[in-house]
Amino acid sequence: MQDAVTTISTRDASGVMPGRVASRLRSVWRNIFPFIVVGVLWEIIAVSGVFPARLFPSIETVAHTFFTLTANGILPHHAIETLIRLLSGFALAAVFGVGIGILMGRSRLAEDIFLPLVSICAPIPGLAYTPLFLLWFGLGSFSSILLVGFVSAFPIIFNSWTGVKAVKEIWVRSAHSMGADDRRMFTHVILPGALPYILTGLRLGLAQAWRVLVAVEMLAAVPWGLGWLIFGARKFLNTDAMLAGIVVIAIIGLLLEKLVFQKIENYTVVRWGMVAA
Amino acid sequence: MVPIAINNVTLEYDTPAGKVTGVKDVSFDIGASEFVCIVGPSGCGKSTLLNVIAGFLAPAAGDIRIAGKVVTGHGMDRGVVFQDFAQLFPWRTALGNVSFGLEMKGVAKEERDKIAREQLRLVKLEKFVDAFPHHLSGGMQQRVAIARALAYNPSVLLMDEPFAALDAMTRDDMQTLLADVWRETRKTVIYVTHNVAEAVYLADRVIVMSAHPGTVQADIRIDLPRPRDPLSVEFLDRQKQLMRHLGHKVSGNGAAH
Repeated sequence: MQDAVTTISTRDASGVMPGRVASRLRSVWRNIFPFIVVGVLWEIIAVSGVFPARLFPSIETVAHTFFTLTANGILPHHAIETLIRLLSGFALAAVFGVGIGILMGRSRLAEDIFLPLVSICAPIPGLAYTPLFLLWFGLGSFSSILLVGFVSAFPIIFNSWTGVKAVKEIWVRSAHSMGADDRRMFTHVILPGALPYILTGLRLGLAQAWRVLVAVEMLAAVPWGLGWLIFGARKFLNTDAMLAGIVVIAIIGLLLEKLVFQKIENYTVVRWGMVAA
Repeated sequence: MVPIAINNVTLEYDTPAGKVTGVKDVSFDIGASEFVCIVGPSGCGKSTLLNVIAGFLAPAAGDIRIAGKVVTGHGMDRGVVFQDFAQLFPWRTALGNVSFGLEMKGVAKEERDKIAREQLRLVKLEKFVDAFPHHLSGGMQQRVAIARALAYNPSVLLMDEPFAALDAMTRDDMQTLLADVWRETRKTVIYVTHNVAEAVYLADRVIVMSAHPGTVQADIRIDLPRPRDPLSVEFLDRQKQLMRHLGHKVSGNGAAH
């Protein structure tokens, strides 16, 4: 009995799995487990030969293509072109979306003008506007960026507007009683008060920007871009290149979420207790 | 610090059923550095009256003069503390919250940090200057709110049931603390509450209001020496006296208070 207890405690203390590390590992495992299941199923189907290997490449083939295309610079070139369009379009959407949204929240007139327009345009799928933008602004990057900006502005407008409306009256009253003028009411109270919603809007806007950009790259006849890579690969049955492109999109999306949005949130609204971590 | 005159103030608000009179023809004067509690049942318009004095609402008739000047809106001669803990800005630390008014006044950073620290010391929160509000308990948040309302040195402090949402023990501590703060700063204080013991503990004078519409029913001076002992016979006598004023109205309404 004595021995058993000692053995157990030494095993615990020996640091095979001290509490913190163990829970960290568990959470990593929880996150990757579904991917392992899907990966295994994928391999089984790929190897079983139900589909031709050209159409359903194994993970090794995709990985091989991924590394070859990365090493010879083709994949990074596609990724960078896409990223530039994404960020330019998103920047447009962020500036105009937050601006218009806040204006709508602050001014009754702006709300009356913009709300009906935004409500009607927002639910229309971004792709529906694409042919129009291509005819108006020509094929290529410029139209893609404009379209991305236009379409991804809607969730940003909606959320910024809601955010301003959700600023607590008691904050405004307190600030008034402490002598805040209109300008500082805006910068010191409305803006930080609406920030949780604005950040949500930006995150939704970015997701929207991705969706429409990858699709529009397939149609806008741009020479480089992940959407174009995926679409172009269809002609030659290069499913491995398609999948490599999809993987890059996933990686960029994950990095933007973890390195940009979560960092900003942790530093602001989470630290302030306005949003749960 | 400065006297306040409330002259024939009437306040109406619009409801779907038409105009309702919240406060009717209320008049009383408050002396400089006087601590006045307004007590009354729910719906007597005591908070509404405080909002008029704060300048958040405009009276339908009558006026309010602070140091002789008619109140036309909010101003930095008054500091306001609300009941809701959420009044603090969650994106600012305790120090940032307290220095807000000074920042609006254009006081330099170094100076306003110094004053804000001093105010936080006054409410015994010097150890929590860098804490964000969500890390503070309800009582601590209300203390920050008091420090914040005092920091830019208004002559009048308006308090709307600031301790009503606290548990009984914390409330007792806060009342003692507020009495100390008042003794040190000598502000003119108008304090709205529905708690009779609280009013007797804090006030120089208690204005008793009755409801529907809100009018002044009694104006009672509490001349007990400070610090007051809530268990003394005199204290309980004053409490009973206030209760009678309220109880008369309460039995008329058929509701216990």
